[in-house]
Amino acid sequence: MSSPSHGTLNRAPASKGLGPHTSGLGAFLKLRELPVTVALVALVIITTIANPLFLSPQGMKDLMLNATIMMLLAAGQTMVIVTRNIDLSVGSILGLVAFGTGTIFSSMPNMPIPLVLLIGIAFGAVLGAFNGLLTVWAKVPSLVITLGTLYVFRGLNNAWAGPKQHFAGDRPEAFGNLSVDTVLGMPIITLLAVIVVIILAIFMSGARQGRDLYAIGSDPEAAKLFGINVSRRVFTAFLINGSLAGLAGVLYASRFNAVGATTGSGLELDVVAAAVVGGVAIFGGSGTVIGAAIGAILLNTITSSLTALRVDKFWQQAIVGVLIITAILIDRLASLRHAKNLREKEGRNV
Amino acid sequence: MFTQRVSPTRRFGTLTASLAIAALALTACAGGGTTEPGASGSAGASGGAAKTDATITFIPKQLNNPYTDVVLGGGKEGAKAAGFATTNVVGPLEASASSQVTFINAETQAGTNAIVIAANDPDAVCSALAEARTAGAKIVAFDSDTNPDCRDVFISQVVAKDVALIQTKLIAQQIGGKGEIAILSATANATNQNEWIKFMEEDLASNPEYKDIKLVAKVYGDDDDAKSFQEAQGLLQAHPNLKGIISPTTVGIAATARYLSTSEYKGKVALTGLGLPNEMRSFVKDGTVTEFALWDPAQLGEVSAYAAKALVDGTITGKAGDKFTAGALGERTVEDGGLVIVGPPTVFNKENIDKYDF
Repeated sequence: MSSPSHGTLNRAPASKGLGPHTSGLGAFLKLRELPVTVALVALVIITTIANPLFLSPQGMKDLMLNATIMMLLAAGQTMVIVTRNIDLSVGSILGLVAFGTGTIFSSMPNMPIPLVLLIGIAFGAVLGAFNGLLTVWAKVPSLVITLGTLYVFRGLNNAWAGPKQHFAGDRPEAFGNLSVDTVLGMPIITLLAVIVVIILAIFMSGARQGRDLYAIGSDPEAAKLFGINVSRRVFTAFLINGSLAGLAGVLYASRFNAVGATTGSGLELDVVAAAVVGGVAIFGGSGTVIGAAIGAILLNTITSSLTALRVDKFWQQAIVGVLIITAILIDRLASLRHAKNLREKEGRNV
Repeated sequence: MFTQRVSPTRRFGTLTASLAIAALALTACAGGGTTEPGASGSAGASGGAAKTDATITFIPKQLNNPYTDVVLGGGKEGAKAAGFATTNVVGPLEASASSQVTFINAETQAGTNAIVIAANDPDAVCSALAEARTAGAKIVAFDSDTNPDCRDVFISQVVAKDVALIQTKLIAQQIGGKGEIAILSATANATNQNEWIKFMEEDLASNPEYKDIKLVAKVYGDDDDAKSFQEAQGLLQAHPNLKGIISPTTVGIAATARYLSTSEYKGKVALTGLGLPNEMRSFVKDGTVTEFALWDPAQLGEVSAYAAKALVDGTITGKAGDKFTAGALGERTVEDGGLVIVGPPTVFNKENIDKYDF
């Protein structure tokens, strides 16, 4: 394989180890992110026609609030998945940080909120760094490492919290109001999440370190030969993902009533599902943070719209499953077509 | 994708890390149970036939649930006072149908004398309980019944019907006797929830005072805070004319209260059900909730422990008419179907909520 500049390696369905792309890629990429956006818009329109309350001010607010936490987690997860890794421990990280936030406020109710946010992010970063270190140093697939830390972190949470729960009533009102008050029609925690996602998106598409992550996911060997410090980049991806899960944990405590030992359990699969539905290739190398965030919004909107339409909620899981499979099929078809295009082009060159 | 050349040191590193992770994960999983040796000396007081080295095991629906914790607190004290030498509390961290079976099996093998269980599913636990009985253990169901064939007695907080009727009464008062209401329950197959819901539906249908009240939906939040929160949200969106919500589960009512208090529906949609005073205090004070009900959960645990001891000692067998003394709570009689009632429900409001701490 020729050594492509890592600027062009970016969004290839890279598990196939494809070479440099042509200008057709732009349109092709749009095709991959388009389905999730189209699905979201169609869903909102159909639901609103059936039940106008769906887009009432309160309805809009609920939709945004519901997607906030998942958006942050899916954006972070995308960074990790792009490097051909995965972090299954995010639900447990969120739980630990959320309980930590409750604990801080119950013993120090006057702690400034920004400081609590920073502590939460730092706590998440430490847990994420632990995942990163183990993955990079031990060279064990992160699937196994983070499956382990999923239980370890959850176990710590159980040991720490026991039956203790912290309730919204114990936290300062101003903190809870972060998920009630709106700025520009958007709840504050949603605004915060959107800003973080945008920053991350710019980093992933513009910054050299961000591009490196795609290069690593596309072809780790090539990335190494090219001089990218693979270990360091992968470690950073886990660290940032942990910080985002930490931030999500603090926001969870702001929004929901109770935080305790089981807070956030089972979230990890929803997060991976959101990323996959948003067009992030599970074998790394392609997909965007924005796509994953839209995927998160879509999955949450499905839940809300099925309830608004009074559809039995047991259908919801089946629908999410169909979406995941569709997303993967679209990904597969797109990469097959891309591979075929390349072959034909090379054929002509000979 | 991880088939690059690996040096021996790296391989060693890999192995160590995997082992460390595995060990940590195992420790985390095993952290579910606690053993508390009780005061074995006090057992003699119960009379000549009393076993002094008996072990009692509580298996709640799920550990680390605040309501369960209050029940178990009463249960542990009751067990000690009734004369059990050892009290074990084991159980799953998630309230799913089959999750209790492994715990029952393990406790049977450890030779426990009495199992006090709140069933997540009335039938899923049956065969495991049957084995426990064959091994000599007495079975007390509490909070949520198993299939009656699988236990000796069932300790019910209150008469199921009373619990249901107080909730329909409260919601009727709060919405002024007419309008649409909905129920937000725990899991779709929880025995106690479904029994109350059945009684509520019957009451709404038969009581002429409730003829203008319409039950429009039943939804399930699985006793998960976030899920219940979203279900509450969905209810209000799907039913714009909704006047009130009954949530007969502590997690559900608190999550719904949180949603109502942070939305435009605060004060417009009534909420009642079964809640813990400590969890509901802020919502009662800010006007989201006027009144809700519950029994004293600690007494439930206490009566269960005494019933277990009476069964183990052979003073009762669980047939109708059997009597036993539940310590300071006084005498309880086993009714038809092996049912034992703890006491009437209490209604909590702004005036009295500060008197309770659980």
